[in-house]
Amino acid sequence: MKFGIAVFPGTWSERDCAHAAHLAGQDSVMLWHKERDLRGADCVILPGGFAYGDYLRCGAMARFSPLMESVIDFARRGGPVWGICNGFQILCEAQLLPGALVRNSSLEFRCEPAWLRVENPTSPFTSGCSQGEVLEIPVSHGEGRFVADPATLDSLERDRRVAFRYVRRDGSPVGDASPNGSARDIAGIVNERGNVLGMMPHPERACEPLLGSVDGMRLFECVAALLNGAGTFATAASR
Amino acid sequence: MRGGAAERRGDVRHSRIALTTATPLEVADPSQEDLAAVALTREEYTVASRALGRHLNRLELGILGAAWSEHCSYKSSKALLRGLPTHAPWVLQGPGENAGAVDIGGGLACVFKIESHNHPSAVEPYQGAATGVGGILRDVFTMGARPIAILDSLRFGPLEDPRQRHLFDGVVAGIGGYGNCVGVPTVGGEVYFDASYSNNCVVNAMCAGVVEHANLTRSRGAGAGNLVILAGADTGRDGIQGATFASVELDADGDDRRPAVQVGNPFLEKCLLEACLELAGHPGVVAMQDLGAAGLSGSAAEIAHRGASGVEIDVARIPRREVGMTPYDVMLSESQERMLLVVERGGLGDVRAVFERWDLHADVIGVITGDGRFIVRDGAERVSDLPLDLLIDGTPERRLASARSPSRSDLADQDAMDFVAPWNAENALLRLLASPNIGSRRPIFRRYDHQVGDETIVGPGGDAALVRVDAGARALALTTDGNSRYTALDPRRGAMIAVCEAARNVVATGARPLAVTNCLNFGNPDKPDVYWELQEAVTGITEACEALGVPVVSGNVSLYNDTAGSSIDPTVVIGMVGVLDDVAEHCRPGFAVDNDLVALIGPVEAELGGSEYQRLAFGVNAGARPALDLALEKRVQDCITDAIHSGLLRSAHDCAEGGIAVALAESCLIGGRGARARIDEFGSHVQNASWEAGILFGECQSRFVVSFAREHLMRLQELAVRHDVPFRGLGATGGDRISITGRIDVRLGQAREAYESALA
Repeated sequence: MKFGIAVFPGTWSERDCAHAAHLAGQDSVMLWHKERDLRGADCVILPGGFAYGDYLRCGAMARFSPLMESVIDFARRGGPVWGICNGFQILCEAQLLPGALVRNSSLEFRCEPAWLRVENPTSPFTSGCSQGEVLEIPVSHGEGRFVADPATLDSLERDRRVAFRYVRRDGSPVGDASPNGSARDIAGIVNERGNVLGMMPHPERACEPLLGSVDGMRLFECVAALLNGAGTFATAASR
Repeated sequence: MRGGAAERRGDVRHSRIALTTATPLEVADPSQEDLAAVALTREEYTVASRALGRHLNRLELGILGAAWSEHCSYKSSKALLRGLPTHAPWVLQGPGENAGAVDIGGGLACVFKIESHNHPSAVEPYQGAATGVGGILRDVFTMGARPIAILDSLRFGPLEDPRQRHLFDGVVAGIGGYGNCVGVPTVGGEVYFDASYSNNCVVNAMCAGVVEHANLTRSRGAGAGNLVILAGADTGRDGIQGATFASVELDADGDDRRPAVQVGNPFLEKCLLEACLELAGHPGVVAMQDLGAAGLSGSAAEIAHRGASGVEIDVARIPRREVGMTPYDVMLSESQERMLLVVERGGLGDVRAVFERWDLHADVIGVITGDGRFIVRDGAERVSDLPLDLLIDGTPERRLASARSPSRSDLADQDAMDFVAPWNAENALLRLLASPNIGSRRPIFRRYDHQVGDETIVGPGGDAALVRVDAGARALALTTDGNSRYTALDPRRGAMIAVCEAARNVVATGARPLAVTNCLNFGNPDKPDVYWELQEAVTGITEACEALGVPVVSGNVSLYNDTAGSSIDPTVVIGMVGVLDDVAEHCRPGFAVDNDLVALIGPVEAELGGSEYQRLAFGVNAGARPALDLALEKRVQDCITDAIHSGLLRSAHDCAEGGIAVALAESCLIGGRGARARIDEFGSHVQNASWEAGILFGECQSRFVVSFAREHLMRLQELAVRHDVPFRGLGATGGDRISITGRIDVRLGQAREAYESALA
């Protein structure tokens, strides 16, 4: 399979994502923001960075780029789209995912280890994980506090669309150790069909023992296994 | 961001009118006020006008003032800096370019430099620090190298003062805000708090990048007829005369200087970085030079002078951010995120295409000539004409008086051992761990993205950072170090210690020290004691670098760190780069395994001079500075290197501020496990309270706390004998307490609480 990695001028995680894809044994191609061609990508990654500087709201301009027109279309057709950090912000702005990401409750940028509990292992992006499993994947953002109105939060919970929740290392509730103060400790969510995942933490930074964690590799492997296997992502997503 | 072409042409017309009305071109003998405005002395002006055979017009005066400012010309420090060792077989580029470069093997070079942004940060901490990072990044990617790491070195007054808290928060936010957005990890640094910085903070930023030898780009703008291109941001009125600003003492109310501070745009920098890296190694690109101090005036003069050519610039062709700018404004603006390129005519299409792809301007604004002159035109009109030799090499060097400061020598003559705190050893350890000068830097480095790039093997919070190169086996060790308590007591010894400690931090990772970049932050050199401090510090750096075999390849001098007549303590910051050929062999500072043995490699001396213990207990800095034997230092470092590469060590940590007790506690805290140690056999003195404090908390140099598997004890001892270095067993790792028999016994959790509270 092939990952397509979006590159806006202010993107800085594209090489890290390509490195992680490579470690997972998969190909990747870079997708330039001015182009519409997805270059045969089986899964599109919207990586971390500051797409167009994000001097307005994070991701607010990126959603209007030529590339995003194709990505939105791809997602609507059931293609897997994975937003990481700035990518999650862009997906919310593009209304492929509900809610918004606002300034961290600390009002400071935070780059530190985080522990994520897998809330729904039947989602295609987490299909290799087990329920309640805790993954160590770092965060690095200033605007990662997930907010949504109570009805939206309730429906995310009800439909099991919360992919990851921040917890402590031992799996207990994160409490005041939350890196950003997200509503209900939400670290990542999927869309209704399950083919679009947005998450603030950086799995591509947790793919090697030398870097301190290999838990992020699990997610790259899940996606690869699914897309390389018999079932398509869309059928897995509709389960 | 991009104004239309018609709009820009409009600006240009407007400014030409402004020039003829507001800034007459007539040459005239400048008034004392005119000279003061550009920080030139009457003597300096006379040298220039004699060489020229005429008076200068106002624009020429501005260009000359910037070029001859301390910041650009190093006129007070040049003579001293000539003595620094700059050569080694692995040096590819020494001082005199945008940054230094060393061979790191595999056909790759590391390009690195440190620079100060003290004056702007004192006035506007966020933007001052942010643009400091922007400037040092540009120095590295100008040479074709992709920046892979940022480090900082910061000094403020005590944090109890709300103004210091404001400066500290703003500076940390500014460094993070810029580096995080550009996508270069900030992997290390240091910070100290001392009353000597209450009126003048120190903000130094270092950047290291990596480039293939073949793509190493210089700023030698040679070749008459080649085009001069200005790329990146439009030119505004921000930061006019910033170089001059950095070369004078701050007024009591530095706020008046705010317009001299620039505003950074890290997103634009990221685009400029990517575009310039695409062009590095392009056969049509002759030279690159970023616009920093003195703006276009400084950059155009330097690029042409280094290319042994001349240059002609047409200000009418320069895109502007605002209307009504005069040629003076345009030439001396320090608007950020701009780059000057010298390009062969045949390469223009390619260069334009790359900048176009990144949505950046790239305008031809002039041409390289062969006549050694720096000519500025405004359309058809010649508005400035100066010889490059005069601008760059003609600065009259200042010969300054030098005299040892009597007040500081009094301090150094006191017996530090007379100062013994009323605290017991355990209490003293907890207070030291909670000291802002020792405790956890997490509240700072968690605001910096220190991981982007997937290469940060050892991040902030230990000794040196370790950053892998291109996901391969090779890694670079990077550190910034400098303890100004030592330099205040003895600038020469303090500077030597800064070099040695930087090397020790590099060695603790397993890497081999390669080269140094230095930042010398001092007061007004016209004061004989300040000049003496500078002189002594440079001598100290030279001696230590020679002893350890590491050359100085780049650096920066920041003088006039004074307010209302009082100077900062002499502050020598050493940035060092080392290389580790196989990252699998790297060593970390934390105790990794229970039941390992712990030892101290290096000398033991009961002393307290210049120590953090002394500062905490008595608020003084007195006594002889820590002892240092350069030959022993080298042997200890070689012993550690040998031990790491023989696979004998499980951890190695430099023993620095707070002495043995703090080093031991830090290895426990980083490793997340306790340790039991004994010091009773150390030293032959009477074991009274001052002996105990001196052994536990004294800052004797050239030492490491190491841990290792029990079976390696004999081999390590043999290694120590072979290198002729002292080796003392300290104890063993394990448990959840830090205990030093009969003297200290604290829970790890209690120690961590103290450590994490330091900057919280």
